[in-house]
Amino acid sequence: MSGRVLVGVKRVIDYAVKIRVKPDNSGVVTDGVKHSMNPFCEIAVEEAVKLKEKKFIKEVVAVSCGPQQAQETIRTALAMGADRGIHVEVTGKDYDTLGPLQVSKIFAALAKKEDAQLLILGKQAIDDDCNQTGQMTAALLDWPQGTFASEVSLEGDKIKVVREIDGGLETIKINTPAVLTADLRLNTPRYATLPNIMKAKKKKIAQVKPADLGVDITSRLEVLRVDEPPQRLAGVTVETVDDLVAKLKESGTI
Amino acid sequence: MFHVGIKSTVCACAHGRLSTKMALPVGALRLNQLAVSRNFYKFTCCVGARSLSDNVSSKPVPSSATEVAGDHLIYTRDHFALQESLRKIVDQEINPHVDQWEAEGTFPAHKVFKILGNAGFLGVNKPVEYGGLGLDFSYSIAVSEELGNIRCGGVPMAIGVQTDMATPALARFGSAELKEEFLLPSIAGDKVACLGVSEVGAGSDVSSILTKAVKKGDEYVINGGKMWTTNGTQADWICLLANTSDGPPHRNKSLICLPMNLPGVHIARKIEKLGMWSSDTAEVFFDDVRVPCKNIVGQEGMGFTYQMLQFQEERLWAVGNIVTMMDNIIQETIQYTRQRKIFKLPVLYHQSVNFRLAELQTEVELLRSLLHRATALYIKGNDVTKLASMAKLKAGRLAREVGDSCLQYWGGMGFTSDVLVSRFYRDSRLLSIGGGADEVMLAIICKYMDTLPKK
Repeated sequence: MSGRVLVGVKRVIDYAVKIRVKPDNSGVVTDGVKHSMNPFCEIAVEEAVKLKEKKFIKEVVAVSCGPQQAQETIRTALAMGADRGIHVEVTGKDYDTLGPLQVSKIFAALAKKEDAQLLILGKQAIDDDCNQTGQMTAALLDWPQGTFASEVSLEGDKIKVVREIDGGLETIKINTPAVLTADLRLNTPRYATLPNIMKAKKKKIAQVKPADLGVDITSRLEVLRVDEPPQRLAGVTVETVDDLVAKLKESGTI
Repeated sequence: MFHVGIKSTVCACAHGRLSTKMALPVGALRLNQLAVSRNFYKFTCCVGARSLSDNVSSKPVPSSATEVAGDHLIYTRDHFALQESLRKIVDQEINPHVDQWEAEGTFPAHKVFKILGNAGFLGVNKPVEYGGLGLDFSYSIAVSEELGNIRCGGVPMAIGVQTDMATPALARFGSAELKEEFLLPSIAGDKVACLGVSEVGAGSDVSSILTKAVKKGDEYVINGGKMWTTNGTQADWICLLANTSDGPPHRNKSLICLPMNLPGVHIARKIEKLGMWSSDTAEVFFDDVRVPCKNIVGQEGMGFTYQMLQFQEERLWAVGNIVTMMDNIIQETIQYTRQRKIFKLPVLYHQSVNFRLAELQTEVELLRSLLHRATALYIKGNDVTKLASMAKLKAGRLAREVGDSCLQYWGGMGFTSDVLVSRFYRDSRLLSIGGGADEVMLAIICKYMDTLPKK
């Protein structure tokens, strides 16, 4: 086993920012808006670094797809303890239409190229909430997947994963190599300490294009329109249940 | 469906995480609050519950402090990475508790300093041999600007004492043994420091302090008292300025590292103040306190000079803090006045209001430029006493104007304890007094302008 873990990190609009829809309804405003690493990706990086500290794996490689600024996100991962980074350069219109299917193809190609033992991703990104990349990548690689992981332990060449599911928790044991996606309670990401931020400068970030990996990133989807959710109207208070029923009948709801 | 509970096992790595090893109920309560607050942030983001803009123009208003790394006067990508990481600590470990600490009149310095120390933020420009990062002062200013995002003045002030008031002289002039005992743990966040310079009878006039350290064998016997001691009720050691001989007042003083648990050290009282409530300020008395002579920092008699040398850094640091705070107050005032209507129009749309805010923001930018200019010159080895004094003078006065004007626009709400602007109004008043009063700054500037009466 190569002992190498690939971690996907996505640069998204910071969770605290007020989102604005572009006036032409083609998308949301991203220019000049604060971006940071997707919180679930932070959890994924933390898990990978912890595995390395426990000596289960040897190397953590942080990967991000996007324009030049994606390197900042990779650098944050390096400051958290990743060993090196890979920046898959996708810019302009290609970046606007980049979605889980293309990213999965890229990750699958990289996982093979880097001989990865494990691929850890966040369960979903907070901008599109797709929750697809991990699953698609596993399918493309024909690898087992442990998604919504809230606990991960390596046992020999198998991985025990406790998953958060609707009914509670599910424990599975899967073979490696595998894909894991991190859920909220998997761990608490560490702060990038100042010494590590300084050290991260010396770590390498390789640049590669999707074409170099043999991946076609043309999108099969077209965004027609983006709108804000309708404004919530004020409610009406009623005195009794009979009033409620009457009002509901009036509005045609029942 | 999401359980928000305490994780019973937290990674044992020493990376600045609030320890779950605390078995005390109080500690568990804190951790729960922390877990709740952290999970809350993550909770809202994972259900995609982001706030949407109101009816505002689609043009994003970038905060004046975020500039592109390549274009900034003194900050590089590393400075911004530093600020991002520090911001996370502020958002997750400090701000959720500020209201409570303000109400209690103190904050847990050991806990907070340990978190900051673990992440490397207490020794930014301190020597690497003692756990510091050996970076230049521009990084310290980056830290001070980011700490301005703390929602009170008391906690950043306390941190500033630890990093840039009680320790610079020790770092530069202290013996290896002394640095091992006091500087190393202060940078690590294991020991809380305080500064003992001002006295009841001597503040601006440092040379007239009365605390005496008399040599007896290989010990100093210290008698006297200190006032306005930030962190005083919690500190492990005090950097004390005392008279060690009978010579001329600028040459008879020394800095001494004094453990606060020595017999004879009395913390007389915690002082009740107009603002800075979360910072515990003490009046301390020294009654025949014995300390080894080797605890003196550098040379005997040089204490006054050492103290003066670090004033430039102290003053610029305070300016960094307040510039961010003023930015935040102005932004919050804009947000409030945009949605608050009077006579059917948002308060913000009245010209007297938006024009005044424009004036204030202009002056904040001027002060920020002065700060960065002075810092840029300082890290190149220049003496920036004049510029630092000007910046401190302007900072104190501008903060009072910003606080006063903005509070007015909040109306009745501004007068309540529920809003940040009233706390800022109280906290920022200290800036014209502490760390060198406005009048002292003016005298320094006059000296440089050669306009003082000749002796």
